[in-house]
Amino acid sequence: MEKSRYAYYPGCTLKTSAREYDISARLICKTLGIQLEELEDWTCCGAASAHSIDYLLGVALPARELQAAQKLGVPLVAACALCFSRLKFAAYELKDETTRNSVSNVLKEEIPTDSNYEVIHLVQLLEENKENIKIEKPLRGLRVACYYGCLLVRPREVTNFDDVENPQMLDRLITKLGAETVDWKFKTECCGGSHILTRPDIVTKLSHRLLSQAKQAGADCMAVVCPVCHSNLDSMQKTIEAKYKDGVGLPIFYFTQLIGLALGLLPKQLQLNKHFTNPMPLLQNKQLI
Amino acid sequence: MARIGIFVCHCGTNIAGSVDIARVLEAAKKMPMVTLATDNKYSCSEPGQASIREAIIENNLNRVVVAACSPRMHEATFRRTVASAGMNPYLLEMANIREQCSWVHSNDKETATAKAIDIIKMAVAKVLRHEPLYPRQVEVTKQALVIGGGITGIQAALDIANAGYEVVMVEREPSIGGRMAQLDKTFPTLDCSACILTPKMVDLAQHPKIKLLTYAEVKKVKGFVGNFEVEILQKAKKVDHLKCTGCGTCWQKCPEKTTSEFDLGLGKRTAIYIPFAQAMPPKPVIDLNICRYIKYLNWVALGEQGKKPPECRICEKLCPTGAITWEEEDTIINEKFGAIVVASGYQIYDHSQYEEYGGGAYPNVITGLQLERLMSASGPTSGEVIRPSDGSRPKTVAFVCCVGSRDQHKGRPYCSKVCCMYTAKHAIMLKEHDPEIQCYIFYIDVRAGGKDFEEFYLRAIDEAGVTYIKGRPSKIYQDGKKLIVLGEDALIGKPVEIAVDLVVLATGMEPSVGADELARNLNISYDGYNFLVEAHPKLRPVETQTDGIFVAGACVGPRDIPECVAQGSAAAVKVAALFSEDILTTEPLIAVVDTARCIGCLLCVNICPFKAIDYQTSRDERLIAVVNESLCKGCGLCMAACRPKAIDLQGFTNQQILDEITSLWL
Repeated sequence: MEKSRYAYYPGCTLKTSAREYDISARLICKTLGIQLEELEDWTCCGAASAHSIDYLLGVALPARELQAAQKLGVPLVAACALCFSRLKFAAYELKDETTRNSVSNVLKEEIPTDSNYEVIHLVQLLEENKENIKIEKPLRGLRVACYYGCLLVRPREVTNFDDVENPQMLDRLITKLGAETVDWKFKTECCGGSHILTRPDIVTKLSHRLLSQAKQAGADCMAVVCPVCHSNLDSMQKTIEAKYKDGVGLPIFYFTQLIGLALGLLPKQLQLNKHFTNPMPLLQNKQLI
Repeated sequence: MARIGIFVCHCGTNIAGSVDIARVLEAAKKMPMVTLATDNKYSCSEPGQASIREAIIENNLNRVVVAACSPRMHEATFRRTVASAGMNPYLLEMANIREQCSWVHSNDKETATAKAIDIIKMAVAKVLRHEPLYPRQVEVTKQALVIGGGITGIQAALDIANAGYEVVMVEREPSIGGRMAQLDKTFPTLDCSACILTPKMVDLAQHPKIKLLTYAEVKKVKGFVGNFEVEILQKAKKVDHLKCTGCGTCWQKCPEKTTSEFDLGLGKRTAIYIPFAQAMPPKPVIDLNICRYIKYLNWVALGEQGKKPPECRICEKLCPTGAITWEEEDTIINEKFGAIVVASGYQIYDHSQYEEYGGGAYPNVITGLQLERLMSASGPTSGEVIRPSDGSRPKTVAFVCCVGSRDQHKGRPYCSKVCCMYTAKHAIMLKEHDPEIQCYIFYIDVRAGGKDFEEFYLRAIDEAGVTYIKGRPSKIYQDGKKLIVLGEDALIGKPVEIAVDLVVLATGMEPSVGADELARNLNISYDGYNFLVEAHPKLRPVETQTDGIFVAGACVGPRDIPECVAQGSAAAVKVAALFSEDILTTEPLIAVVDTARCIGCLLCVNICPFKAIDYQTSRDERLIAVVNESLCKGCGLCMAACRPKAIDLQGFTNQQILDEITSLWL
């Protein structure tokens, strides 16, 4: 397979609430000479509700994307941790013959027995290419809590990503940018995910714990790899502060935005103005913009 | 000229019930070289054996086939019978027409009879090729080596010595005592661990038949049962223990300190030290890695670069008997032993793999063994249970069972057996220390199989008021001064979140570091976790596949103290039985190499499971295989592997097996 060309699966959030993730991802990949080719006619990955309601639908939806990438002959990159999880699950489940036959029926196309789908998350792609990042503006003085979320690492036999409890991949990448990462124990704890729609009380509780633990560990911002985590941690801060009477005020970056800053790209280009918790004062304070 | 006698046994109706003995005898009489074929109701009975004996003498027989039961049953019996008639006992062959014939064809007399005739035919073909064999005799060195000075090794050494035999004990640490010396109390009786252990340590050190080598390690083992040659490394103590009186002035005044291994990082020790107050021998060693004068000497030796370390030598100046010996170096001790007992014990699983519990980063997340040190009156806090972070007294304590046990994700699927009980003990003892303490125990199952164990566990609940919560915690994290334990109460299916002052992890047992290397040196088996493997888990629990080497205690698998003591004694009995004879007789049914045929491929060397084959250069400078007759078990693997057919197993030669087969159609 070609290694500078990748099939890109943005997923629904990157076209809507997480546009800044999509824009910054494409921008830095372009700068690094990595060719992202958006899958044509892509559909939902099944993360939101499909997989919890219907097993076959939960596998067939991402299987469709896997097949499309397979035809291009390049690895498939997902930016969202939920999409990544669904795609990985589908690749795992399709090893089973019964599942493969049912999905073939649904998709009206034969799924070969020897399909070796290569699915990676954007953070894996950029970590592999971290030596090519030409640091224009080292992120000196920035203390970052790297937050991986629950879905990248679990279940380990499906995602095969990194250590389940204390992953290091994103830390290596952020350290490479000149920033400092903090040692904290909540890298892979749940933020509440899509419960924000049905049980916001759970989300505020879990997200509050993440934010306060990151602060206790000495972080002045957080780097995330998932649009759902970002949404919960960034947009809920005012609610959390009111509920827990605890000043948080922790800027939440997509890791791609931090790479962009180190590459010398402008805050506007990286859409840093799109966040609820304004990161500008912190960056000004650290003399990074 | 062979004169074969065939004795067909009825075994009551066991054989005669389904085999037509008359027809068998008729056929047997026609077999080649057969002088006599006769039958017996019970061949193994005294009259039966007497009739065989008489027949041999009367007919001048020189080969005997007994067609009866399995050789496992009575081969030894009939070897004695033929020997008493003046024959070489290895000129006997058993034809198994019971287990492999009459019993399996009990409802088909025709088939059973035909098969019995065939089996006897094969035995006749084989017995013709038998050669007289003579057992070898080796002298036994009546001195035992005990490796490891924990409770298991101490028990084994004392029992062997009390049976009247010499013992050398080799212990890696500066003192014997092992893990048991670190414990405060033992379950389920709450006996003081030191009070029951230290008298045994003293008995051992003072026993006239035991030589104690502490701060020493077994490096090389050669030889075989009765005659092991062992190379022991005696590490330099830099203290002459013959002069030292153990007065303690040196370790009280030594200025260089480090964390104490014995107190598991909770206390300090000096560079010249005894590991704990009741250490045996009660005499110190000098830690070469931190001693100031040694550092100074190294600095001089390396050309005086960098900062000059102080030339301390305070211990030397203060020692009233002049026992400090700076010139002492590591020495090698060579000793001969007749038997070896391995009691290398266990260590505590290192919980730094458990990132979800802090990965070793939280000072107030401690192990059960660390809690033992905190509770011990002779421990670093004189028995005061405090939080390592700030010295405050914990009021709420959470215990987590099965850390490094029953956890496939951490590569430790086995149960460590003692943790359920020691955790119950800890909770009961904490409550005795401070009645206001509230204990929570997170468990998967409570395994309380043992005398008075279940009652002890109930005592933790009923008397100490411990809250047991079923479920392995998912996470432990620090929030301010508290530790938050997250988990699930699996019995009610609800998440639990408890804020506590101290967390105690019931870490499991794993073999001591270096157990695998020791096993390779001894040529005994070890499993995927480095636990040593016994010869049979039920019936030969302290033997190994290598004669003369025994295993006991927690180096074989998780064990509690009474089991370790029982195993130490069991191994001692085996050693004493071995030493009760002056001469060992070894089976002659072993492999021999035809050096003229050997091509020196040495396939046999690698294939031999007992490492009984070595190689040497012959006089015509060829590489040839050599069998160590004392190690060979006669399994025949080398014979099957040997390509030029240079190896034969005496009593089961290639030619004999071929003859057995061809006898059926020729």
